[in-house]
Amino acid sequence: MFFLNNIWLVPLLPAVGAAIMFFFGRKLRKGTASAVCVGAVALAFVFVCCAVWQYSGYAHDNPGKPFEKIVYTWLGTDTGHMNYVKHDGTPAAFHADAGFLLDPLSAIWLLFVTGVGTLIHIYSTGYMAHEGGYYRFFGYLNLFMFSMLTLILANNYVLMFVGWEGVGLCSYLLIGFYFHRASASTAANKAFIVNRIGDAGFLLGMFTIAWYFGTLRLTDITHLARSGHFAIGDPIITAATLLLFVGACGKSAQLPLYVWLPDAMEGPTPVSALIHAATMVTAGVYMVARSNALFVLAPGSMKTMAFIGAFTALFAASIALVQNDIKRVLAYSTVSQLGYMFLALGVGAFAAGAFHVFTHAFFKALLFLGAGSVIHAMSGEQDMRNMGDLHRRIPITHWTMFIATFAIAGIPPFAGFFSKDEILWQAWSSEGGAYRLLWLVGYATALMTAFYMFRLMFLTFHGQPRMSHEVEHHIHESPKSMTVPLIVLAICAISAGWLGWPHSLGGSNRFEKYLEPVFAHEAQVFQAEGRAAQLAAGEKEEEHTNPVEYFLMALSIAAAVAGFGMAWKAYRDAGKGYGEPIAEKAPPLYTVLLNKYYVDEAYDYAFTGRRKVNGIRLGVMGLGEASSWFDSHVLDGAVNGAGWTTRAFGTISSWWDKWIIDGLLVNGPAILSRMLSYPFRLLQWGLVQWYALVMVIGLVGFVFYYAVR
Amino acid sequence: MSPIGTIHYLVVAAALFILGVIGVLTRRNVVIVLMSIELILNAVNLNLVAFSRIWGLHGQIFAIFVITDAAAEAAVGLGILIAFFRNKETVNIDEVDLMKW
Repeated sequence: MFFLNNIWLVPLLPAVGAAIMFFFGRKLRKGTASAVCVGAVALAFVFVCCAVWQYSGYAHDNPGKPFEKIVYTWLGTDTGHMNYVKHDGTPAAFHADAGFLLDPLSAIWLLFVTGVGTLIHIYSTGYMAHEGGYYRFFGYLNLFMFSMLTLILANNYVLMFVGWEGVGLCSYLLIGFYFHRASASTAANKAFIVNRIGDAGFLLGMFTIAWYFGTLRLTDITHLARSGHFAIGDPIITAATLLLFVGACGKSAQLPLYVWLPDAMEGPTPVSALIHAATMVTAGVYMVARSNALFVLAPGSMKTMAFIGAFTALFAASIALVQNDIKRVLAYSTVSQLGYMFLALGVGAFAAGAFHVFTHAFFKALLFLGAGSVIHAMSGEQDMRNMGDLHRRIPITHWTMFIATFAIAGIPPFAGFFSKDEILWQAWSSEGGAYRLLWLVGYATALMTAFYMFRLMFLTFHGQPRMSHEVEHHIHESPKSMTVPLIVLAICAISAGWLGWPHSLGGSNRFEKYLEPVFAHEAQVFQAEGRAAQLAAGEKEEEHTNPVEYFLMALSIAAAVAGFGMAWKAYRDAGKGYGEPIAEKAPPLYTVLLNKYYVDEAYDYAFTGRRKVNGIRLGVMGLGEASSWFDSHVLDGAVNGAGWTTRAFGTISSWWDKWIIDGLLVNGPAILSRMLSYPFRLLQWGLVQWYALVMVIGLVGFVFYYAVR
Repeated sequence: MSPIGTIHYLVVAAALFILGVIGVLTRRNVVIVLMSIELILNAVNLNLVAFSRIWGLHGQIFAIFVITDAAAEAAVGLGILIAFFRNKETVNIDEVDLMKW
């Protein structure tokens, strides 16, 4: 059990690679740097394979139990100081270990993350060979692998959140890899900020779970949730799961937090392939699948998830119909396919959702790497309007991308058919009524997916050459480091679907069976609910629904073929200045789709406040503006007012002092005494004759007094 | 015409007295003021003598005292005048104002 017991090495190997790049990267040669980093991830992949092999032995002995390895206690003590109070008043200790959990779900994720990751690392050695910042790129890629593996292997929500944040950080670093470009750094900011909004939801959901369950360890929560102690539709669990889903919306680019993913195409193509196609965006799906015990207890959240997923799929597919940048089409395609995954999770088909993640990783990574190969051949041109007629000149890229396109369109026996069909079938056969509408949405999306993917293929590889002559001269097939991963991924894109060959077509659906220990309980609960709802709705309980399943399967294939046909007709012979059919038939619709339904502009008006509405700035910047107005007018006004009041008081005081105190009280008596003393002064005038007069008056007075008396 | 009685002497004395007082009060020259003071004293003398005709010789005796006193006073007054003149070079009584505020 060596590999199982040392499962903590799996995230650590890429972390060591990243650390080496951080400390010594600048001094290393390109060959050494790539050897260290590619080697780290390849070694991790081999380790994972051995660990999963050993896990199957472990699971044979301990059926239904996941393998949990706690390396050390990270947060939390036994001293009682980290205690908090649960919802029912009982105390609970906050505890989060550095623990690793390996069960079928994480095994699958580990396998394709490390596998596709290794292939993309190898591809990057070729793609980034002529770029600057080589060691920095590989360091970030390895850091990303470390974060993603931590997220997958975490045995509690807190460690998962560490990985969650880490992949967000690496996404920011890698999208803004060419940070000298303003558009790239803006896109990186957008990705991180929108992710952060989702993370707020994730954190709140995590806190609710900690408050409600008293623990954050996944095995404990699953055990508690399945113990029957909680009622289905419990409002707190519904709130917690909705908040977790908000986090998943941010990370996995669902409405309304998908806006960062198309802009994330500013990063180098291997980044788009690894992070935004195969691994990071599936973190949200992984987290929901991990919390399936909670989601099953909250049918409201699952309905919300299904509807948002379906609508996102339709929305993004419609935008992808008219985009001209090859990477943008693939970005919206990713958003759309992620919508499918959430649709699957929302209707209770967790295994189908995981299966679609698995197959999607291969063909989407292949599509992105192929697009990178095309861009490499076209000397950096990304606009499909300037491509064309490449299929003879870069054949390997052409054929591998074609295989991937068949896979994503859902044409059997390629991988996408099985996973997508499984999702559509589960959507149809769930609780009836509203879910049939979801099937219709999924079906329309499948039709659009086929159309825009084949449009991409025909515009890029067929038709007339629409590029400039210098570019045309430089077209060359990519080096082996780039084409070999393409071929490997193409083989996977063909064969990965066979793991989930459905029962109805005679297969054993090994994928679903492998995931049974994780999901089986849920499937039963949900199907029981579904059956009860069906009975309540008066429908017959249908146990063998094979005819409908075959019919739906045929419809899906028809949609894929119809998409192929429409794209062939419109774009097969596209010359310079070809016309878009949608633009010709409905120009306003074309403008709306080309401008992505003006969602970014709407966010600018409402949420960020970068544009004013009628002169008023809303959103965050509006709040900033309002705060600034408040600060400069109200607060500073109060300060100024206090100063003004003080000065006014000072003026009054000085007036009082000058006129009342000094004037009245000090000078007053003086003036009064001066006025009163005036007559008395006259007695000592200094004039002799005056004295004589006074004497005479006195004498006369005497005489009169005695004479007249 | 009635015969000259005491009243006539009193009236003349009063007139002289008033003239003397007015002179003391209004004249500017110090010497004239001194002269007016003599006039006052002499008016008093005349008054005394007039009354001595009726009431005995006391009036006349007192008049001799007054004359003596007037002489001494005149001497002292002139001495003050001389001292004042030495200081101030003037005999205007207006300019005796060193004690004026």
